[in-house]
Amino acid sequence: MEQQIIKVKNKRGVKVIPGFKLSLGVTLSMLGILVLIPLASVLISASQLSFAEFISVVTSRQVMSGYVVSISCAFLAALVNAVFGLLITWVLVRYDFPGKRLMDGLIELPFALPTSVAGISLTYLYSDKGWIGALFAEAGIRIAYTRTGITIAMVFVGIPFVVRAVQPVLEKLDRQYEEAAEMLGAGRIYTFFHVVLPELFPALLAGFGLAFARGIGEYGSVVFIAGNIPNKTQIAPLLIMTKLEQYKYSDATAIALVLLVVSFLLMLFINSVQLYMQRFSRG
Amino acid sequence: MKKRISAMVLTGLVVSSTLFTGCGKTQEDTTNDSNVIELLNVSYDPTREFYAAYNELFHDYWKEKSGQEVKVTQSHGGSGSQARSVIEGNEADVVTLALAHDVTAIEEAGLIESGWIMEFDLDSSPYTSTIVFLVRKGNEKNIKDWDDLIKDGVEVITPNPKTSGGACWNFLAAWAYWQEQDGGDENATKEHMKKLYQNVLVLDSGARGATNTFVENKQGDVLIAWENEAYLSMKEYPDDYEIITPSISILAQPSVAIVDGNAKEHGTEEVSAAYLEYLYSDDAQRLAGENYYRPSNEAVLQEFSDQFDLNMNLVAIDDFGGWDMAYQTYFNDGAVFDQIYAD
Repeated sequence: MEQQIIKVKNKRGVKVIPGFKLSLGVTLSMLGILVLIPLASVLISASQLSFAEFISVVTSRQVMSGYVVSISCAFLAALVNAVFGLLITWVLVRYDFPGKRLMDGLIELPFALPTSVAGISLTYLYSDKGWIGALFAEAGIRIAYTRTGITIAMVFVGIPFVVRAVQPVLEKLDRQYEEAAEMLGAGRIYTFFHVVLPELFPALLAGFGLAFARGIGEYGSVVFIAGNIPNKTQIAPLLIMTKLEQYKYSDATAIALVLLVVSFLLMLFINSVQLYMQRFSRG
Repeated sequence: MKKRISAMVLTGLVVSSTLFTGCGKTQEDTTNDSNVIELLNVSYDPTREFYAAYNELFHDYWKEKSGQEVKVTQSHGGSGSQARSVIEGNEADVVTLALAHDVTAIEEAGLIESGWIMEFDLDSSPYTSTIVFLVRKGNEKNIKDWDDLIKDGVEVITPNPKTSGGACWNFLAAWAYWQEQDGGDENATKEHMKKLYQNVLVLDSGARGATNTFVENKQGDVLIAWENEAYLSMKEYPDDYEIITPSISILAQPSVAIVDGNAKEHGTEEVSAAYLEYLYSDDAQRLAGENYYRPSNEAVLQEFSDQFDLNMNLVAIDDFGGWDMAYQTYFNDGAVFDQIYAD
């Protein structure tokens, strides 16, 4: 940290935004107001419960099942996103075709669209009377109001994270490596798994982690397509809302705190895997 | 080092103070012009159409009476979350919510003076409603009464009583029916309720959401709905639905109240009181009837005897010992509704 600061100072004329003190001050106060203080208030509000109360709230059957639904669906959605996100990125980076720019822009739509709008339209399409849902309904598969529907909504909100994480890395990846591998006699599959994928993996993992975390906390788009039946299709964020509706603020923050810890551990895990892999590839 | 820290603290203070002053400016300057007065009415989901019409009626009435232009802003949502938003600082002058319990919650937060329920006539409920069934045209599953909802293969749509005021009325209406059927045997009634909720396909968080699930997404065979919601759906799609009135239902009394704390601050006490008082006028009562609410004025109600089934057997919330009692028994964590879903 200290070293970096000195470096920046020495390179006069390179700095775009002037005033280290000013910019760090602004950064810290924004971080404080927008992130740290709200997070601290979650802790404070949850700490109004005694430890026993806290445990009984977060381990009650409905809440536990809410965690299971949210986390398992988010994990599945993030996996789907990792595979298809990589595919989409590959197509966007490596090929030229008409409408490529448009497609590139469309990827970000899930960020821009209000989540409730996404939820309502997904539900409309995937209910057993909807355009897509009707096709599956004939085969006896129900999508809306099941965990499958929840996963689909989470795939929708999570896909930009993977694409936008992998895209810049793939753009910078020199094709020479692939050519070299081919000349050395590696097949396509071997080249992909042993040359390309290791280079992309840290970025892919970061995208996966972001999509996963977003899915765990997602409320707006999921709540419409989930049937919200307790112990079956009730997501954890809905339980937080339910507690709020009953004016039980500390119960709500207790559930939120567990989600927060899960997301934090997840990010920590992913970061340490990345760090490990970086060392590994350098060493 | 010291200098750097003080610079950071200083910029921090400057940034945060500009942020806060920037945010705080919106509420002022609105009531300065004495000829324009603004009111915020925080209401629940299905009253959208009624208050859109009523606000115009009241605007003309108030203009004539006091010469002031009154501009009413509406806010709609699930009754419980609307009440919560007022507690958390939504500057409502009046609330018109689905049940007294939500108004009581605002009272407990200190924003509404106790005794509000006596402030206006008939327990501060200018209009009432009840709970009916909406089924698809032809009524394929032959649904006539609550008993038919627990048959195998019948899919029911109703919102979650933990988040929706309307759903509480639904629950209690069903409970009243089986209580009578089972001769007061609470365990048998609980079993029936369990069967009912096992047939529930989607448990939306609000009444309007449940209506959308049933009407727009075409889910389920029967929607347990506010009478006025059911009529609105009928009006919009006259060829698609039928209304079935069960043998027993509940007299739903939506409650209105002035949010004294906010109204005092805004200087809108007088117009807020007039706004709610005028709901009892014949014109407003008729408007309520036209929007499928049952007017609380008997004479006006009789004008709508073609529209409403006035012979329904309606229980009232007092039969359940009032809302506090009902919440403790049925809707609190671990109470009957949770027990229904316990296994």
